[in-house]
Amino acid sequence: MTSATILPQTTSPAAMIRTLGLIAALCGFIIVAAYQGTYDAVQENKRIAVERAVFKVIPTARSIVEYFATPAGSVTKVGAGDTAPVGSIKFYAAYDASDRLAGIAAEGVAKGYSDNVRILFAYDPASASISGFGLVAMRETPGIGDKILVDKDFLANFPLEAKLTDDLKKLAQAIVTVKHGSKTHSWEIDAITGATITSRAVGRAINDSAQLLLPRIVPNLTQLKEKS
Amino acid sequence: MHESAAQIFINAFLANNFVLAMFLGLCPFIGVSGKLETAAPMGAATTFVMLVASLCAYGLNLLLGYFQLEFLRLIAYIVIIASTVQLVEMVLKKYSPSLFRALGIYLPLITTNCAVLGVALFQTARDYDFIQSITFAVGAGAGFTLALVLMASVRERLQLSDVPAVAQGTALSLMLAGILSLAFMGFAGLGG
Amino acid sequence: MNQTSAQTWDEFMEGIWRQNPLFVMVLGLCPALAVTVSAVNALSMGLATTFVLTCSCVLVSLLRKLIPKEVRIATYIVIIATFVTVVDYLIQAISLALYDALGAFIQLIVVNCIILGRAEAHASKNPLLPTLINALGMSAGFTLGLLALGSVREILGAGAFFGVALFGPDFQPWVVMVLPPGGFFVLGAWLLIFAAIARRKQKKLAEITQNA
Repeated sequence: MTSATILPQTTSPAAMIRTLGLIAALCGFIIVAAYQGTYDAVQENKRIAVERAVFKVIPTARSIVEYFATPAGSVTKVGAGDTAPVGSIKFYAAYDASDRLAGIAAEGVAKGYSDNVRILFAYDPASASISGFGLVAMRETPGIGDKILVDKDFLANFPLEAKLTDDLKKLAQAIVTVKHGSKTHSWEIDAITGATITSRAVGRAINDSAQLLLPRIVPNLTQLKEKS
Repeated sequence: MHESAAQIFINAFLANNFVLAMFLGLCPFIGVSGKLETAAPMGAATTFVMLVASLCAYGLNLLLGYFQLEFLRLIAYIVIIASTVQLVEMVLKKYSPSLFRALGIYLPLITTNCAVLGVALFQTARDYDFIQSITFAVGAGAGFTLALVLMASVRERLQLSDVPAVAQGTALSLMLAGILSLAFMGFAGLGG
Repeated sequence: MNQTSAQTWDEFMEGIWRQNPLFVMVLGLCPALAVTVSAVNALSMGLATTFVLTCSCVLVSLLRKLIPKEVRIATYIVIIATFVTVVDYLIQAISLALYDALGAFIQLIVVNCIILGRAEAHASKNPLLPTLINALGMSAGFTLGLLALGSVREILGAGAFFGVALFGPDFQPWVVMVLPPGGFFVLGAWLLIFAAIARRKQKKLAEITQNA
């Protein structure tokens, strides 16, 4: 190396490795300490955030239980520290004050105007409809994209029909977003003028998630009826 | 949700351009965009590093996930990127000294380009699979190059015009970037 | 004693005014533009960067005699990445909403050129106390810069300051200010102001020397 001739003295490789090892060990120690130290608080924060979001879309809910919907078509309760089985989808069963099923909430995601729009939607098993939705995260244009939460016409789209076909394999009618003012069926979402892309993202997020999730949940509704 | 490769590419390239919409890689964008002849090679080198870093990050993430060491992700990524840049530098020096000389000082600077780390972090956050990751990296690199080349062309023209002395330099570059960014907002939603 | 405290103060103010990392040296642009859509985000980002910058510089300064020249950059990056990971978990523990708002830019503090620049240019050559003062000054300068950007963008773009509405319900927000182009425009405007002040000072100084 040319730099070796310029420097008055060079460090031996052993010393370099020793120092790097020492620093790596020190840094590793700091990271692990921070991870362990904040782990409980972070998990608690996440739990509260999920609970708040679910209570918002299902107003009668008082408690929630997390479930996995497996590709085989069964639902299993999520225990602490469980890892998701391959291909399974997480959803939340919400129960009212008397521990009866108040609704089912699940996440959906679709590409919006500037980034992914992540929503949490509520499925009402009694009427087989999507009763409402809330935002998990989005970076849509303020004043335009965020109308989806306040626009009265848009919110009037819900409840939204989400019936399954007779063989319970998929939605009888796919949920689609249509141009403002052209909604004719109860499974269509009337888009907001000027925020069409975000409106469409909401529709797609609900449809994509519901198409996968509902066929796995509906056959197992009796298992979910009472809080276990 | 499944994004097709074409959607990812368009989004990273135009609609969510890394520089003009996501604010990644601004330092080289402001620093190296003075001349067209340095802007293009810089963009190409960055794209290449992004691609390699994206591949490494994909493999690394699988490995970290397997051992449940996700909290080491950031430190692992940055070390990988630094080594990749070093590696690219050595390979170029050995096999293509002319290109190495053309890129000069800009090569090592790629390590601290947040666009590169951004590619690695975003592909992890969005759970992209292998093909998606590669497309994302190429799209992001192409977008970075496009922004750099556009900016350099505008700034070359600007040298001929009469600008008040106080506005010269970075302030003017930022205003220009703002206008370019406005223009790029027109691409939003293109990737559906 | 008075002399040293005056020097300390000068050293601290250096980072805030004459060598302000954002407005004068124009470093750390990516987080400066990306997260400053509101004053709260800007302040949090500034504090997170302050934590990382101060801790990394202190550690680098303490270890400066131990770190071999050949691997110093690698060492610095590892140290910085460590503290960024720490701050990442701390913010998650404090507020998930804030964590979501800042997004990937918390982790991208690693590649903020200010931090590596300070570690290399100052902390690696100076003992603990001057390093600490310099790092705190720089961080304060960066945080104030972010806050200046974030306040302007929030006031114009959302008609609010720290989330409190300022102008009543009839205010039509200047939305472009909280969009990406607004970031470029506002930072450009701040740089213009700083440049204008610097020029005026220079002119005055020239006049004084001429008269003398």
